Amino acid sequence: MFRAVEAIESYWWGWRCRRCGNKLRRKFADIPCARCNQTHVYCRNCVEMGRVLECQPLYVWTGPHPTWPVRGKACGWDGELTAAQQQASNRIREVMEAGVGELLTWAVCGAGKTEMLFAGIGRSLEAGKRVCLATPRADVVRELLPRFRHAFPDTSISGLYGGSEKKAADGQLVLATTHQLLRFARAFDVMVIDEIDAFPYHEDPSLPFAASRAAKSASARIYLTATPRKKQRRRLEHGQLDSVFVPIRFHGRPLPVPRLILSSHMKKSLQNNMPPVAFFNWLKRRHHPERQLLLFVPYVELAGNMEKAIGPLLRDKLGDTVIASVHAADEEREAKVQQFRNQELQVLITTTILERGVTFPSVDVVVLDAGHAVFDEAALVQIAGRAGRSPDDPEGEVLFFHAGKTKAMVAAVRSINAMNNRAVKI
Amino acid sequence: MHCLWCDKEMVTEVHWGSLLLPDRVTYLCRECEAALEKLDGYLCNKCGRQVGRGGETCRDCRRWEQLSQWQGVLTQNRSVYVYNERMRVMLAKWKYRGDYKLREVFGIGLQDTFRKAFSKHLRKQAVLVPIPLSEERLYERGFNQSEAIIDVLGKPAEQLLTRTHGEKQSKKTRRQRIHTENPFTLIKPTDKPVILIDDIYTTGTTLRHAARTLKSHGCPEVYSLTLARS
Repeated sequence: MFRAVEAIESYWWGWRCRRCGNKLRRKFADIPCARCNQTHVYCRNCVEMGRVLECQPLYVWTGPHPTWPVRGKACGWDGELTAAQQQASNRIREVMEAGVGELLTWAVCGAGKTEMLFAGIGRSLEAGKRVCLATPRADVVRELLPRFRHAFPDTSISGLYGGSEKKAADGQLVLATTHQLLRFARAFDVMVIDEIDAFPYHEDPSLPFAASRAAKSASARIYLTATPRKKQRRRLEHGQLDSVFVPIRFHGRPLPVPRLILSSHMKKSLQNNMPPVAFFNWLKRRHHPERQLLLFVPYVELAGNMEKAIGPLLRDKLGDTVIASVHAADEEREAKVQQFRNQELQVLITTTILERGVTFPSVDVVVLDAGHAVFDEAALVQIAGRAGRSPDDPEGEVLFFHAGKTKAMVAAVRSINAMNNRAVKI
Repeated sequence: MHCLWCDKEMVTEVHWGSLLLPDRVTYLCRECEAALEKLDGYLCNKCGRQVGRGGETCRDCRRWEQLSQWQGVLTQNRSVYVYNERMRVMLAKWKYRGDYKLREVFGIGLQDTFRKAFSKHLRKQAVLVPIPLSEERLYERGFNQSEAIIDVLGKPAEQLLTRTHGEKQSKKTRRQRIHTENPFTLIKPTDKPVILIDDIYTTGTTLRHAARTLKSHGCPEVYSLTLARS
């Protein structure tokens, strides 16, 4: 039932790892193997999942695919979709029912992407198909898991991410990070990839490799994004990729458009771990001081230092404001984000880790040094998309403080305006 | 060059020195380099951990030396890095995940400490003995981390010991570790001083067991060098 294949293929130009598809020369290294007293090549790219070594073959399953019975209604979700969502949902369902094809769902931040998937996924599960929803980020898997368990109560669902308790991937519906897809080969009839433009999916070539191998050769592939990258846009323009567009949020209000504010002493203020003067001027005249404040900074050290520097100042100005900072390696990250969500914190200083996938009901968003290279167009659009997500407070101020406009900032504003214009036309 | 740890591209700064002097080889980017802490300042006479004042022996070592059967078994240990969070992750990836290449990162630090800690006379005379792995563990890992360390030091390794299979040290408590039976057997006695090489000094039990085995068969003195001191 298993066929052994070479773990690392050797070519005239180098090697290729059969597990992660890595071809980069610098990501292979030699190891003197104590088992066969020879020097072997191993792949450093996927070594975290256990070393792939030249002398140990990989095994490919050649037996029958697991089957699930055809059955009655699988989806227990009975919420309502807006007209735009409904249209996208229908398109997604059609592609999933057809069983072959690609579809890019381009939906603005806060459009309600997950709900649009339910109908199609429900149909696929009823037909006995195996479905995978992959996303680059583990937080998102953790957040989606209970929602899917609730929406598909009778389906076996596996959640896979680095550090997840259960590693068994035997569910009919698999929610996984894109890294975990390296465990699969030709396993899914329906493959949904959320946030295809997010880090690290768009930067690490082994992840698209994993995603395309995990899907069967005849499979429906659905991509979700709010900010397609150049690669996808090019395919759209050339008509190589079908798409459906959802330019409007589920509450029907336009996206907040960022305001670019020049502050020429940016560098100097940031060196002192302080926001620029313009920020304090704005803070004094804020229209809705009751909103929480989400403050994006370009790098990790600044987040912590600024918290210490402006904590006392803000407490003076906003009363007993509670302030915190988070970054990717922060151990209390989840707890702090949860506190902010519960409105126990007034101000949260963060790096780009909170740029997507998180929803706070009522925030103003500020980016400091928006000209920094980490804030590319996609990041800025996503950051702006954190504001005004709740129907109770569908607006929110978005400010980019900069020391000189960059192409990314201009492009982000333009693309948000373009989406708002398209939304009006519907 | 890309950083061996975070894979970020490293741009070497060009200055007058880089025209005149040979390139200093770097494996880590500046941030990753800074995350590793070298053991310096005042070190414990015995085990090489950081202590408050010079010429001191730390409490752990005093406890060891009070026990008559362990007194003077290990002359001195020296380690290169503090066992901090980054070191823990790096050692885990290197040893358990088996990213053999990572050993190069420690090369310069190891050589420095080796030269600083041991006298020239000792360095010339002594033989470097890796702490062996049991056969089962060696098969599982594919390489012996202690031999890999000797390899980056650029010295020959002498296999004088073997080890019987037991539970991993890292899964035991201090008490359990200290009261374990000696897992080492001698292959070949030596009459030269020995520098034992291991990846990490935690309680010092492993090294002392190995040292005792060597000493009871005619070895005059045993030192040790480890990558990290926790």
